[in-house]
Amino acid sequence: MRLVLEQRGETGLALRMASPLLAVALALASAAVMFAALGADPLVALHAYFLLPLSDSWGLQEVAVKATPLVLISVGLAFCYRAGVWNIGAEGQFLVGALAGAWLAIATHGAAQGPWLLPAMLAAGALGGSAFALIPALLRTRFGASEILTSLMLVYVAELLLDWLVRGPWRDPAGFNMPQTVTFSPAATLPLLAEGGRLNLGTPIALLVVIVAAFVATRTLKGFEIRLLGEAPRAARFAGVDAKRLTWGVFALSGALAGLAGILEVSGTLRQLQPGLSPGYGFTAIIVAFLGRLNPVGCLVAGILLAVTFIGGENAQIMLRLPLDATRVIQGLLLFYVLACDTLLLYRVRLLRSVPA
Amino acid sequence: MPGRVRHLSATMPLLEARRVTRRFGALVANDAVDLAVPGGQAHALLGENGAGKSTLVKILYGLLQPDAGEIAWRGAPVPIPDPRAARALGIGMVFQHFSLFEAMTVAENVALALDVPEPLPRVAERLVAVSRAYGLPLEPQREVWRLSVGERQRVEIVRCLMQDPRLIILDEPTSVLTPQEADGLFATLDHLRAEGRAVLYISHKLEEVRRLCEAATILRNGRVVATCDPRVETAASLARMMVGTDVGAARRNATAEAGPVRLSVHALSLPPPEPHGVGLDGASLELRAGEVLGIAGVAGNGQDVLFAALSGEQAAPAADRIILDGAPIGREDITARRRRGAAFVPEERLGHAAVPRFRLSENALLAGHATEGFAPGGLVRRSRTLDFVDRISAAFDVRKGARDPEARALSGGNLQKFVVGREILRQPRLLVVCQPTWGVDAGAARVIRQAILDLARSGAAVLVISQDLDELLEIADRIAVIFHGRLSAPLTAAQATRERIGLLMGGAAMAEAA
Repeated sequence: MRLVLEQRGETGLALRMASPLLAVALALASAAVMFAALGADPLVALHAYFLLPLSDSWGLQEVAVKATPLVLISVGLAFCYRAGVWNIGAEGQFLVGALAGAWLAIATHGAAQGPWLLPAMLAAGALGGSAFALIPALLRTRFGASEILTSLMLVYVAELLLDWLVRGPWRDPAGFNMPQTVTFSPAATLPLLAEGGRLNLGTPIALLVVIVAAFVATRTLKGFEIRLLGEAPRAARFAGVDAKRLTWGVFALSGALAGLAGILEVSGTLRQLQPGLSPGYGFTAIIVAFLGRLNPVGCLVAGILLAVTFIGGENAQIMLRLPLDATRVIQGLLLFYVLACDTLLLYRVRLLRSVPA
Repeated sequence: MPGRVRHLSATMPLLEARRVTRRFGALVANDAVDLAVPGGQAHALLGENGAGKSTLVKILYGLLQPDAGEIAWRGAPVPIPDPRAARALGIGMVFQHFSLFEAMTVAENVALALDVPEPLPRVAERLVAVSRAYGLPLEPQREVWRLSVGERQRVEIVRCLMQDPRLIILDEPTSVLTPQEADGLFATLDHLRAEGRAVLYISHKLEEVRRLCEAATILRNGRVVATCDPRVETAASLARMMVGTDVGAARRNATAEAGPVRLSVHALSLPPPEPHGVGLDGASLELRAGEVLGIAGVAGNGQDVLFAALSGEQAAPAADRIILDGAPIGREDITARRRRGAAFVPEERLGHAAVPRFRLSENALLAGHATEGFAPGGLVRRSRTLDFVDRISAAFDVRKGARDPEARALSGGNLQKFVVGREILRQPRLLVVCQPTWGVDAGAARVIRQAILDLARSGAAVLVISQDLDELLEIADRIAVIFHGRLSAPLTAAQATRERIGLLMGGAAMAEAA
């Protein structure tokens, strides 16, 4: 007896929508089993993880703040992955974007700052992330180096660069030798949307990006070319698509969005640079991108879901003394089930019985 | 008593399908199909694309299970749960689409498919012996990705023969062979039959079937509509049984006047895409408006590079190597050439001409985005691409289950009609088409060939690269042969006999012709 996978015919829209929902349901069920094994009441734990963050204004604001970088980065990654370009280094592009934008804030700190500063910082962040992402693009198109490895390794370069800067040249002289920069002045800080919370202008920017990206992906020739390149490179060449230029393009775009997320996070939420300023947004965004079916609107929904697990994880740590690793397991389960459900969607499992002849 | 044994073995079929039925959802692909193949017989299985041939063959080879009915081997019902069981019985199969690992050598591919493992050196040794014996030369150490389509098919055939099968199922085996190579294969098949082996032969080439097979089972819409002796039928009568109506040959316009030179290629040399492949070696040609020029040749002699160079997927070394309507276009990309009124149909339908998981409207956009106004200002107008799909479907009788299905949902013949129609409906000034009817049923092939002829008659220049000599003899005004990246001087339709072209395809007398 053995299992075989048979390709299915055309898959309907309903089935394609059902797949991520099924994945979430399975992940929740598995999480419940894990909570029980850890000695916590599964219902209480699930409540803490997935409902509590959405139950009050503070929680909702925190979810939005956390979802913002995830959504921005994952939308960029979705374009890459659609084109068959495997940018794994969004974490590094996020950090370099944060550095590039923060440099403007630090360089002008205490000097004359005007309303031009904030837009300039955002532009610098996007350009910085973009430039950093073009390194693996160059290595791939010029030398054929695997962008998976180069983009991933550049994450460590970016982390060490940040570490060196905040401990060395950019350290706040009045910061009691702590590894951090000066706290940004109000002119270099994103305005809050509401008093008393942390929700800032970054979130509407992310929403705007989702809308534009959804339009580009589904309605424009460029969006079509990106899907075409990823789906059938030879047909893309037949269609006249320049694969090298498009590879540069999607790397530049995803780097820019990751860099923008980086500078938004720094100028809106943290207001200074410090080591470990990202809880792995660039990597979590990979899960978001796939959970969102490489579709900008899907990335928005998935980004919110993953943000909920971040906030819920903090709740669970405090209330139920569940370890932080439980959150990572839940995120991993989500990716696992998404990929599994997609496979079962495209293929049909058949059990072949060997009949004695 | 010996007489009686002989009598038994002559009447009892080696393989029999009894009332075999297989459904896919609402579609009945095989409806109570009966088939009987005695040992030593070459039996043709005929039918249009979608008639149920593939389903039946997959059931015989254990790839599909019947919903009803049974398979009998030497008179006794047997289950065939998987291909391994089929091979254990003595059924071997050569597929139309190859199932080879690209990165492995010929010998490794063959070794992997053996049910009883053997050491690699012995496999290589046997492989060379078998391939020599059946006139199918192969180098066991070459990696498959370096092989041409024709060579890959040889690997499949030799791999099957090495299993020592009693019944060999061949799916369109000659579509990539020269006439001489096909003759070699027929000799091989005669030899196998003399050894008492049976051959189940699937082909769209009816003349070939008449020459080779002593019995034929004809399927239409999943049912057996006739069994006959093809040797006493005509190609036309066989085609009538397959299609249910008369199928004529494409009508040539004998009085077509060739116009001015539209496309010329001058001493074009291009390196092969990979180290051991074949590139182009000083290829030259002239193509006039209103004519169909055929490029014959066995697979792997540089056709793919010639197509890529003409389409612009691969740039020529200098702009003036390729001239279209007086303009040097050698360095232009495919989009620029399309804007000049050129159109292209590559050999591979899936993955090159069309994307299997894209809808037809998206596949229309793929080739027409620069010239058909599908995406003004970079914004895709889905209504326009959909209209174009409707027009192609109507003009070329593309049969499909929905208005805009994914390309992979279409049968090979219907997708090919779509891909060819997509280019011809643009009324191009130049059409370059590669293997226009490979793996396409007789009805669809006729539609496509007629459309190509009509396009030429309307004043377009058409270049047809094909390994199907019958096709070229039917539609081309002149035929040149490509061998090892060189093009022979073209022969006119009057000069182009099967023998002369066949010799050129084998590389003989290249100097004389050039």
